Amino acid sequence: MAEDFRIATGGRIDRERPLRFRFNGMQMQGFAGDTLASALLANGVHLVGRSFKYHRPRGIMTAGAEEPNALLQLERGGGCSDPNMRATVVELVDGLDARSQNHWPSLDLDVGAVNDLLSPLLPAGFYYKTFKWPAAFWKGVYEPRIRAAAGLGTAPTGPDPDRYLHRHAHCDVLVVGAGPAGLDAALAAGRAGRRVILVDERPEFGGGWLDRQDVPAELGGRLAELATLEEVTCLTRTTVTGYYDHGYVVALERVTDHLAGPDPDLPRQRLWRIRAGEVVLATGAIERPIVFVGNDRPGVMLASAARAYLNRYAVRPGTRAVVFTNNDTAYVAALDLAAKGVGIACIVDARANPESARVAAARAAGIRVVANAVVTGTEGRRRITQAAVARLNDEGGLAGHLGEPVACDLLLVSGGWNPNVSLFSQSRGRLRFDEHLQAFVPGEAVQATTSVGACAGDFSGFEGDPAPLRPLWAVPADRQSVRAKAFVDFQNDVTAKDLGLALTEGFRSIEHVKRYTTTGMGTDQGKTSNVNALAIVAEKLAKPVTEVGTTTFRPPYVPLTFGAIVGHSRGALFDVVRRTPMHEIAEARGAVFEDVGTWKRAWYFPKPGEDMHAAVARETAAVRRTAGLLDASTLGKIDVQGKDARTFLNRVYTNAWSKLAPGMCRYGLMLGDDGFVMDDGVTACLDDRHFHMTTTTGGAARVLAWLEDLLQTEWPDLEVYLTSVTEEWAAIAINGPRARDVLAPLVEGCDLAADAFPHMAWRPARIAGVAGRIFRISFTGELAFEVNVPADRGAEVLEALLEAGRPHDAGLYGTEAMHVLRAEKGFIIVGQETDGTVTPLDLGMDWIVARKKGDFIGKRGLEREDLRSADRRQLVGLLTAEPERVLEEGAQLTLTPNPAVPARMVGHVTSAYHSPNLGRSIALALVEGGHGRHGQTLHVPMPDGPSIAALVTKPLFIDPEGSRLHG
Amino acid sequence: MLLIDCPHCGPRAEIEFRCGGEAHIARPVAPEGTTDAEWRDYLYLRRSPKGLHFERWNHIHGCQRWFNLARDTVSDEILAIYPMGSPPPDLGRA
Ligand SMILES: [Zn+2]
Repeated sequence: MAEDFRIATGGRIDRERPLRFRFNGMQMQGFAGDTLASALLANGVHLVGRSFKYHRPRGIMTAGAEEPNALLQLERGGGCSDPNMRATVVELVDGLDARSQNHWPSLDLDVGAVNDLLSPLLPAGFYYKTFKWPAAFWKGVYEPRIRAAAGLGTAPTGPDPDRYLHRHAHCDVLVVGAGPAGLDAALAAGRAGRRVILVDERPEFGGGWLDRQDVPAELGGRLAELATLEEVTCLTRTTVTGYYDHGYVVALERVTDHLAGPDPDLPRQRLWRIRAGEVVLATGAIERPIVFVGNDRPGVMLASAARAYLNRYAVRPGTRAVVFTNNDTAYVAALDLAAKGVGIACIVDARANPESARVAAARAAGIRVVANAVVTGTEGRRRITQAAVARLNDEGGLAGHLGEPVACDLLLVSGGWNPNVSLFSQSRGRLRFDEHLQAFVPGEAVQATTSVGACAGDFSGFEGDPAPLRPLWAVPADRQSVRAKAFVDFQNDVTAKDLGLALTEGFRSIEHVKRYTTTGMGTDQGKTSNVNALAIVAEKLAKPVTEVGTTTFRPPYVPLTFGAIVGHSRGALFDVVRRTPMHEIAEARGAVFEDVGTWKRAWYFPKPGEDMHAAVARETAAVRRTAGLLDASTLGKIDVQGKDARTFLNRVYTNAWSKLAPGMCRYGLMLGDDGFVMDDGVTACLDDRHFHMTTTTGGAARVLAWLEDLLQTEWPDLEVYLTSVTEEWAAIAINGPRARDVLAPLVEGCDLAADAFPHMAWRPARIAGVAGRIFRISFTGELAFEVNVPADRGAEVLEALLEAGRPHDAGLYGTEAMHVLRAEKGFIIVGQETDGTVTPLDLGMDWIVARKKGDFIGKRGLEREDLRSADRRQLVGLLTAEPERVLEEGAQLTLTPNPAVPARMVGHVTSAYHSPNLGRSIALALVEGGHGRHGQTLHVPMPDGPSIAALVTKPLFIDPEGSRLHG
Repeated sequence: MLLIDCPHCGPRAEIEFRCGGEAHIARPVAPEGTTDAEWRDYLYLRRSPKGLHFERWNHIHGCQRWFNLARDTVSDEILAIYPMGSPPPDLGRA
C-alpha cells in the first residue's frame, strides 16, 4: 500500500530509514520517527477499530497519550502480544504487526455493530438494569456474551518473555515534560547545580515546539546546554504514571519497544521509582473535543492532532477539512494545513464575532469563516463524508441549517484546552475552575509541586490563544432520533444522552454519574471526556461547574504493564527462599520440600517406589523403634543477654524463670496481652544473665519484633539485649530409644548418661569434632537430643551423625513425620492448634501458667470473664469410629450425624494424621467444652457422603506415662 | 509512599518501616488492678482521627528503633518525630 498522504519533505521522520509493518495483515510502509498512528494515516487508514459498546467505526482522534479510540493489539509472536496499545504513542518499528480489536469477522464488516442498532436497549447503566433477571442467566448467557462482544484487546496467552527492571533514584528537582516550559525549568535548576531528572514521554524533547511548522531554533541550544549539565539526567520515552506522597514519583521508561533487534541485555521497560525534593510539572494541555452527533466518525480529529501529524510526521490527515472551533488555536492548525495543500472547506466558529490576528490571517488566506455556528452532525460509513452546519441563536440554541452539508474527509475539532492537571491532582493538589479558560487549573499545592506552562493555565507559549472562547460542551441536537449519538466518552461509548438519563434517574453527585454511566472509567481515564461530562452535567442541572465538582485523577496516568510493576519479583525471585545449612544433604537423599514461612523444609524422604504416605509411615515408625534425625535449624533462635534477662523472661512467658539454673532449659508459652497464645519454644539458661531462646519457625521475626517493642517502649528500664541468631546455628534433633547410642560415639567432653544429663538439660560438647551445644529436649516423647553447631559446620556433623546412625537404622525424617510424632503425644503447634483466639487453658496447659508470680504479658487478659468460661473451645483428641478414616484438617464437628443445614457446629479439627505407631487415624480438635466431653461421640459432616463419627479423648495417644522420654 | 526521617538513620522510604499504631497507649502499671473496661480500652480501643494523629513507628528494616511520629492523616504530612516516652508535642492544632 502506498503512502499516498505523505508530504514529500519536512517532518521529523527519517526518510533514510523506511520501515515495513502490517495492519490487519496488510503490508504497509512508514519511516523511523513515525508513530503507528502517523504511519497509518500516511497510508490513508483512518478506520482502525470498533467501539466498546456499539461497535461503531472509530478512527484516530489525537496524536498523544490521551487517545481514546485507536487502541490496537500488537502481535509479538509465540502467544505474546500487547493489547490496548495506543497507536498514537506506539513508535513504528520494522516488522510491527498490529491488528484492530473488538471486531468480528472483520473491521469493515462487523457483526457486533448490530449493537448500534439495538442501542435503545443499551442505555446508561445497562449493566445494572438489563441483565438482572433471571439470576442464572447472568452467568450462563449475559456475561459470556457481553465479554465476547464488548471486550477491549485480548490478553496474551503465553508467559511474558521480557525482563523489566526497577530503578530507584533521588533528585532535588524532577521536571515532568520537556516542552519549552519544562526545558527552561530543568535548565534553571541544572545551572544552579541542583540534581535534576527531566523526563518526557516522547522519543525526543521539545514538546509542543515539535508540532510547529518551523521548530524554534532555540530548541537545539537548550538541548546542547542540558547535555553539559552533569547533574541533569534526561530520560526520553519515560512517562510519569504516578505522583504519590512526599515527592515519590513512579515513571515508566520504554527502553527497547522502539528497537527492532534490541540488545538482549537491556530490559524491555524500566520502572523508575523517584524520590524528588520538588517536582516541576510541565505536562502541557490536552485539547477538548466537542460533543455533537456523529463526533466519533473516523476522520473527526482534534485540530492540534491534525497539526501534529502534518508538521511532525509530514502526513496529510485528509484532503478537505472542515474546522469546528470555539477558540483561536484551531486557526493555526487550519493555516498550517492549508499551507501544505489540505483544502479547508470552512472554519465553523461558535463565537458570535471572532476577531483576532489568527482569524484575520485565516480570512486573508482565503479561508471561509462561518461565525456563530456549529457542526450539528456528520455522515459517512467508514469515514466522514460531510458535516452539517447550523447557526446558533442568541440563547445558544440552533437557528437553522446553513445550506447543504459540507463535503469533507476530515473534521478538525477544538473545544478549548484542558491544562493537563492529572499529576497535580494525584499529588493531592486542589483544582480551581478558571472561568476565562473554562477549564480546571492547579490551585493550592499540597506537596512541593510547581506547575509551569500550559499545565498551569499559562498558554503564552502557544501559537493561538485558547481564550477567549465561547463555552461549548454539547451542541444541541437537531435530530431526535434514538440512534443519533453525540459521544462524551469515546472509549466507553457514553453519550450526552446517557448523562441526561443518569440525571433523570436521580443521580446527582458527579462521582455517581461517572460510575453509573462509566464516563472516564476507561483505560484513557477520561482525558478527553471528564471535563466535558462535568460541564454537560452542570449545564443540565443549571449549576456552575464548580458546584457540580471536579474529578479526581488517580494513578496510573497511562496504563502500564504488570511486567513493569512486578519487575524482578517473579518466579524464583518472587520471594526470599531460605535454605538450611543441611539442605543439600536432604536434597541428595531425595527429600520433598515444603515451604514453612520463607524456609524450605524437608517434608519427607521417599525411597524408590514410596509415596508420601509410605515414606511418612516408615520415618515415623523408625523414630519410635530405633531413632531418626531431623533438621531443626529453622526454629527461631534469639540470644537474650543482660542483667535483667531473667526478669524479662518472667514477664514475657507464662511460667517462672527465676530458678532456672545454668545448664538447664525450660519450655515456655508466650501470650499476647489479650491472653491468647502467640508463640512457644524452649529457652536455655547459658548463665545467669545469658539465655538462648527458641521460637516457632514461622514466628521468629514476629516474636523478636514484639520483644524489642516491649523492651524499647514499655520497659526501657530493663537492661536486656536481643539478637537473632537463627542463622548462626545448625540444629539436628536425634529422637528415638537409640538416640544416645547414635550420638555417644561422636561426643567428647560430655557425659550423656541419664543421671549426668537429665531431660531438659543442656551441655557444651564437641560433636564430631565441632564445638557446640547439646540440648536434651524432645518433641516426640522419645529420648531425644538436639545438637547445635555453628551453621557452617552443620553439614559435616549431620553426615557424621547419619554415618553413626546407620547401624541403628537411624535416618533422616521430615516435617510430616515430626507432625505425626508430636500429635501422637498431643503436643501443640502454634498456628495449627492455635489461631490467635486460644488460651493456655483451652489447650489444657494450665500447668504452665504461674498465676502466683508477678505480672506477665497475658496474665490480666486471661482473667477476662469470657476466657474463663467452661464452654470455650478446648483441645481434645479424636478417634474415628473407622480407624482407617483420616479426618480433614479444618473439618467442622457437630453433635448429631448428617445434620440439617444450618447445623450447630461445636468445634473443628486442627490436626489429623494416620499414625503408623497406633495403626489408626488420630486427630486433634478444638471443641466447645471439650475437656468435659471425653468419651462422647461427635460427627464430621462431609459434603459427599455420610458424617464420620469420632470419639472424643484426651489429646494424648501414646505412652501416657511418659516413660519413653527417659529411655 | 511516605518518606520518614528516622531519628537514627535519616530519611528513608516507608517500606523500611512498620507502623505500630496509635502512640501514648501506656500499658497499665498494675494490670491486675484494672477493671475489665479499662483493660478493654487498653487492648482494643484506638482513635482513628481525620487530621492530627500520634503514632508509633519502627525502623524495622533499618536500626529497628521505635519512635513516635505526628502525622496529618488527611495530607499525610509528617508534623513531628519525637522519642518514645516523650509527651506528644504541642503542634498548635486540635
Ligand atoms: Zn533507623
